[in-house]
Amino acid sequence: MLPFGAPGLDQALPGGGLALGALHQIHEGGPRGRYAASAVLFAGGILARIDGPVLWCLHSRDLFAPALARVGLHPDRVVYCETWRDAEVLPAMEEGLRHRGLAGVVGELTRMALTPSRRLQLAAEGSGVTALVLHRVCAGEAVEPESTAARTRWRVSPAPSDTDTNRHLGRPRWRLDLQRCRGGAPGSWIVEACDAQGRLAVPAVLADRPAAPERALRRAALR
Amino acid sequence: MPPFGEPLATVRQDGPRRVLAGIDAAARRAGLRPGMAAAQAMAMVPGLHLVPAEPDADAAALARLGLWCLRYAPLVALDSPDGLLIDIAGAAHLMGGEVALIADLFARLERTGLSARIALADTPGGAWALARFGPGGIVPPGGLATALAPLPVAALRLSPEIVAALREVGIERVGGLMSAPRAPLRRRFGPEPLLRLDRALGAEPEPLAFLTAPDVPQAAARFAEPIGSPEVLKNVVADLCARLVPDLERAGLGARRLDLVFRRVDRLDQAIRVGTARGSRDAAHLARLLTERLPRIDPGFGIEEMTLTASRTEPLAERQLSGAVLGQGPAIADLAALIDTLRMRLGPERVYRLAPVESDLPECAVRRVAPLSAPSGALWPADLPRPARLLDAPEPVTAMAEIPDAPPLFFVWRGARHRIARADGPERILSEWWVADDEADRVRDYYRVETEGGERFWLFRDGPMEAEGRWWLHGLGEA
Repeated sequence: MLPFGAPGLDQALPGGGLALGALHQIHEGGPRGRYAASAVLFAGGILARIDGPVLWCLHSRDLFAPALARVGLHPDRVVYCETWRDAEVLPAMEEGLRHRGLAGVVGELTRMALTPSRRLQLAAEGSGVTALVLHRVCAGEAVEPESTAARTRWRVSPAPSDTDTNRHLGRPRWRLDLQRCRGGAPGSWIVEACDAQGRLAVPAVLADRPAAPERALRRAALR
Repeated sequence: MPPFGEPLATVRQDGPRRVLAGIDAAARRAGLRPGMAAAQAMAMVPGLHLVPAEPDADAAALARLGLWCLRYAPLVALDSPDGLLIDIAGAAHLMGGEVALIADLFARLERTGLSARIALADTPGGAWALARFGPGGIVPPGGLATALAPLPVAALRLSPEIVAALREVGIERVGGLMSAPRAPLRRRFGPEPLLRLDRALGAEPEPLAFLTAPDVPQAAARFAEPIGSPEVLKNVVADLCARLVPDLERAGLGARRLDLVFRRVDRLDQAIRVGTARGSRDAAHLARLLTERLPRIDPGFGIEEMTLTASRTEPLAERQLSGAVLGQGPAIADLAALIDTLRMRLGPERVYRLAPVESDLPECAVRRVAPLSAPSGALWPADLPRPARLLDAPEPVTAMAEIPDAPPLFFVWRGARHRIARADGPERILSEWWVADDEADRVRDYYRVETEGGERFWLFRDGPMEAEGRWWLHGLGEA
């Protein structure tokens, strides 16, 4: 179990954190889902907080490793493999998931059907290695209409950062939607993006507020 | 030995005559050819140096060269007196492909002072013909008939008598032989011309006697009944690996490269070659690597012998244990087995780690390192935010800034307009002068911007505004 350290988030997850040795789906909200530029950092931040090497199965050549290092995933820990097509990503992920001692395996996929997701979930359970599927979908394309065997499904979308900084850039913010969660409750949160140790934070302003706005968000996500 | 550059030839006794056996490039330029009478050659080239031929020493040198060629592929056969046949099927991937393999072979031979003509074709006979009578080089699969057609029939390894007899009926080129009716040819010249032609074109298989490397860890299995089913082959592979490992252990070695040679009943040997990222004595791992390649093997009518050779090894001191067993945390080094498997499937160049490079240009800040290289601990400067996705080639955008050196108010990318709510910059980056083509390309002013929706982008202007610098989008997301 890997707690996020953000109270609302951890309460929504069974066991109080992200299940290790399981399959999780992450995709990007907003119009630029193909780049998954926030989702990739969310994945990096999770792996930064698990010990061990990481296998990253690439979909294209645009991942910028210095950004991963800035969310705490040191380049020495990551082995990349160029699996350009889904048909190459899935077997490479499964191979990695059979390998005890890895912190996790990331696969950048355009789509994942039920059967492959079951295989990945089984392999992850067997070895205790955490599997993260990073969806890269084109704008307007529906993400996973069919159900999968993943334990959770997350949507990470960019959110406006702190407005009090006088037109200068503060820490990036994300809107995090837990869209599906086995044994847990879906929910939505505004969080401050991963810091140099891969930790999320609940913005101070929002943390002070009563839970009302959060419930409103939650309803919106469920609709 | 005469001074370099002066013509040199070796001489052998042919009955009562002394004839030239081998000649060097200078002698060839002077018009000499092997088989010429030595007296005639001396008359033609007064400065010619003659030394007695040593056929035994030549044969030994060729055999040594053949063993050295095992570095390229597990199957190497001698083509005495002056040729080698290398079966690179299933081995070229470890050298980075056919072109790279040929280039490497050529360069290394040249460095040792050996001149060589190299051809690569679908069949040994075809490669032989093209190396000796044709232009050499690589013939694409299926292109052999076209490549051989213009060559003289002697390129098919026919005896001089048959070549002369064919010439009498007007067949001088391989193409002529291909188009001639087969039955009369066979009646008149016997089976040899057609057999040689069929072998060169691949219609008829050609068994070769391949060299075996001495003094390397080896395990062999011979079968009373020829085998061929995939399950049986798989079991034999596992068995051979299990038998090879104790040998490696005794010698304190780990296998870096394994050759598995399949001897078929029809003498058409096939081979698998696999490499490992670091020396290994893990029998299960080695067997898995070999098994992945098994589908490429065609057992034909059956395999009667299999030989597994650790053709490259490196010292490996202690018993192999994974770091996890030793109670240490998991480490990159424990991934050797996984990395070997992935490299085997995807190709060695497609599995790697990334490491920092000290460069101001973002696209030059990352380099690839071998997946098992020692961790460097190095990081990029921690104080500079960087995009999560960096576009391979920056894309032009239309942007508008109020005043020089201010971040833009909006930009249009791929037809979509983005209003900028917050921004930081510029971060001025001067590209290294040896990278930029001209002065104008040298300055980039980077701006980190956030749109009203919270999306972060990385934009730059490739020159000052007064110099009409253009705007580009280089990255998305930010950490």
